[in-house]
Amino acid sequence: MIADWLKIDGERVAQRLQEAQAKLDSVEGELVLDFSTVRRVETSALRAQDQLAGAADEKSVKVALRGVNVDVYKVLKLAKLTSRFSFLT
Amino acid sequence: MTENVSTLTEERIAYLEGLVHQARTAAAVFSQYSQEEVDRIVKAMVLAGLEQAQYLARLAVEETKIGLMEDKALKNMVATEFVYNYVKDKRTVGVIREGPERGVVEMAEPIGVLFSLLPITNPTSTVLFKCIMAIKTRNAVIFSPHPSAWRCCFEAVKIMYETAVKHGAPEGVFSCLESHDLEDNKYLMQHKDIGLIDATGGPGMVKAAYSSGKPALGVGPGNTPVYLEKSADLDMAVVDIITSKTFDNGTICASEQTVVIDDEIYDTVLKKFADLGSHICNEKETELLSRTVIDRQTGYMQPMAVGQKATTIARFVGIKVPPKTKLLITPIKGVGREFPLSFEKLFPVLSVYRAKSMDEALKVCVDVNHAGGLGHTAVVFSNNEEVIEKFGDVINAGRVIVNSPGSIGALGGVYNDMVPTFSFGCGTGGGNSTMDNVNVYHYLNIKRVARRAQAHMWFRVPNQIYFNMHAVENLRNFQSRSTLIITNAPLEQLGHVETVKRSIPPETQIRVEIIPDAEPDIKIVKQGVEALEFYKADQIIALGGGSVIDAAKIMKLMYESPEADLEELAAPFLDIRKRVVRYPDENERVNRTRLIAISTTSGTGSEVTPFAVMTDKALGHKVTLADYTLTPDVAIVDPQFVMSMPRGLTVDTGIDCLTHALEAGVSIYGSPYTDSNAMQAVRMTFKYLPIACENPRDEEARTMMHNAACIAAIAFSNASVGVNHALAHAFGARFGVPHGRANALMLPHVIAYNASVPTKFMPSPNQRGYVAHKKYAMMADLLGLGGGTVEEKVKNLILATEQLLDQVGVPRSIAELGISKEEFEMAMPDLAKIAFDDPSWKTNPRMPLVKEIVELFWSAYHGRGLAEVKTESQKEEVQKMVTV
Repeated sequence: MIADWLKIDGERVAQRLQEAQAKLDSVEGELVLDFSTVRRVETSALRAQDQLAGAADEKSVKVALRGVNVDVYKVLKLAKLTSRFSFLT
Repeated sequence: MTENVSTLTEERIAYLEGLVHQARTAAAVFSQYSQEEVDRIVKAMVLAGLEQAQYLARLAVEETKIGLMEDKALKNMVATEFVYNYVKDKRTVGVIREGPERGVVEMAEPIGVLFSLLPITNPTSTVLFKCIMAIKTRNAVIFSPHPSAWRCCFEAVKIMYETAVKHGAPEGVFSCLESHDLEDNKYLMQHKDIGLIDATGGPGMVKAAYSSGKPALGVGPGNTPVYLEKSADLDMAVVDIITSKTFDNGTICASEQTVVIDDEIYDTVLKKFADLGSHICNEKETELLSRTVIDRQTGYMQPMAVGQKATTIARFVGIKVPPKTKLLITPIKGVGREFPLSFEKLFPVLSVYRAKSMDEALKVCVDVNHAGGLGHTAVVFSNNEEVIEKFGDVINAGRVIVNSPGSIGALGGVYNDMVPTFSFGCGTGGGNSTMDNVNVYHYLNIKRVARRAQAHMWFRVPNQIYFNMHAVENLRNFQSRSTLIITNAPLEQLGHVETVKRSIPPETQIRVEIIPDAEPDIKIVKQGVEALEFYKADQIIALGGGSVIDAAKIMKLMYESPEADLEELAAPFLDIRKRVVRYPDENERVNRTRLIAISTTSGTGSEVTPFAVMTDKALGHKVTLADYTLTPDVAIVDPQFVMSMPRGLTVDTGIDCLTHALEAGVSIYGSPYTDSNAMQAVRMTFKYLPIACENPRDEEARTMMHNAACIAAIAFSNASVGVNHALAHAFGARFGVPHGRANALMLPHVIAYNASVPTKFMPSPNQRGYVAHKKYAMMADLLGLGGGTVEEKVKNLILATEQLLDQVGVPRSIAELGISKEEFEMAMPDLAKIAFDDPSWKTNPRMPLVKEIVELFWSAYHGRGLAEVKTESQKEEVQKMVTV
């Protein structure tokens, strides 16, 4: 099975995450989000991420985040979101 | 979710969870902000607070019916402008401080979500203050206002929040409970995502915060005593007290509660109070007030009085006062339940007490301090520094305000340079976790990033060392009026004393003190000190082996510093550089002498070491002294005094020298300075000890061995020794085996032990990794022993050591000494204990476990290198002994 892949634009994180959520219906098994250009996340992005995780659970889609830098990883940790995603290096 | 059972409805819980979730998300986002971003937001908030100061003050007074609008506006301005001035240049993001400790950097870690309880007395100023602090430290806050101050607090939070978000703060960074319910507070106080509870308010609220099990900043009530001492500037004091006590109608908990006035100035002071608009209550009025404004049962204020004007209170209780009365002054005659007005009164009623003496005044202040004001604030007016210091000493208060108003003084930044705050920590006396003026640093987790630092090292040796044949002739360079030679009888018989005397300048008065040829006893040392005193000696020449030189070191110490307590100076220590006890320094010495040590053996190196050992037969134990002040001033290493050393002594001292060198060479206190000496001494001993044994008259061998002993001692004086010495000390003492021979029995086993992977490493900041095996390999290289790998080189060193021991003819096993296995087995528990208690191993490269000490002893018993003790039966034997 080949995972679906989506690059998250560092300047439009929330918007891209919403697009990812919309894409969940067409994903089979796993969705990989490339965070390698994301340097900072705002409240709206965390909210979108939270919603994406909830939607993915409902649809039994596994969401993996790739290339998350440690600063962003820490924010996700503080927001208690890391357990809801898997992480790829 | 909180785990405690709650009576809250599901809907309410969802609401509270929503607040926490929002704050947690905001805090997570906020953690990415830079210092510059944070400071920009803070500045905008401060400006907004200043702009809205009067509006918020008016709201607060209208809602709470407490205090004065004008003063509350001023408080709002202090909470913004003064706090800003304090925090604006403070770093609260990333690295916030460097030092003062070497290599330690402090970094900020936000707390996350704070739950903050707000008081009724200072509602809006507290909101402004806490919001600024929270933003400065990148935290989110959920506020819970006092129910009677909800609207003004909500408005203040709203202004701060909107300003903060407008300037870039994350959404949801502040929120305010929409209504007040104690259950809400309880739920949030116990919520796992709340990082800190910041409770400013009454004792109940503070107690609840601390009882929640969460980290809490609970700061609470006070009862400020004031000592108005006779030397004070009375005009200033009276105005300051009135200013403070009437500020916002006395609602600041640091405001003055009872003024204790010296008898001599009492009437004058009261008149000044009256002249400036205070009403001095008579006995009846005081009694009336004490029955109405304070609850006699609890000692707490009646809420109706809090923050009211003096005229309002007077009218309420039925006291006639002029309409412009600022303050009601109530003379009291004691402190405590019988005198309710001695407790906290957050309204303009001020008690005064007439003290007959300073002693009485201070005691009354202490009583007030302990009547609900522990840890909070106290005030003293005096121009007598001793009085101020004494007051500061006896009063338990986080803020002792001197010659200034208590309430405004305690806020900080106005009358003094204390940190501006609206939360007064009261320390443990007040049941608080801090005694500080709560500030930004209490809103941060401060991480210490401590870089590896090398310990300060030193390398100390005597000022002068003269060596090689006839070095004793250098004595003629040392002028002395009266010299005492300490030596023992055999050396005198050998003519060594005469040799020494010949080299001393002729004008010197010379006396000789013969002491026994054994480890010195305190009695002998005291006799020597008496001789030094009698002859008023200015020079000591110690001619002998380790015992004589050690005795002379202690004699010098006691002669120069008669008050020195040898028992105390012999206190145990881990690192000679960090000793707890302090030896007398030069300025403390009654007499001054020069100690010249001339060694007559080639082993202990006592002529250059900072150690001395003696026995105290009366106390039945050894006294080991160690301090660099014991190091002789001059060492003379003249081989002529060892040319006639018998073979046995040559071997024992030579092996002692080798052990010093090998142990210093791998010590965790080793340095390039000591390594060079240790390595050289190893090389010289391997080469010249066998020759000195075989050809005692070989001048070169004797010279080199004598120098080797001194050089090895220089190394171990600065790097110390290791486990070999610990084992040898224990074994030698128990079985009466000479020190050098005892060392020899352990030596190959200890090298093998230290060269293998430790079960436990010794902490050694000055070494990068475990290096003992590599240093042994370096020694093997120096000796030209060959070997391609470190392991081979270590093995070759062990073999070479064994060969040397064979060559000089020392027993190679404890069994060879005629000690039966049973006897040794029986002694083992004591041996292991004593060896483990011995300080020598504290610098050994690996930490010896007791079972390893036992293993080493058994290896030495059998006389096989530890590496070879690996047959199954031997392993079992060792294991059995360990179990025993």
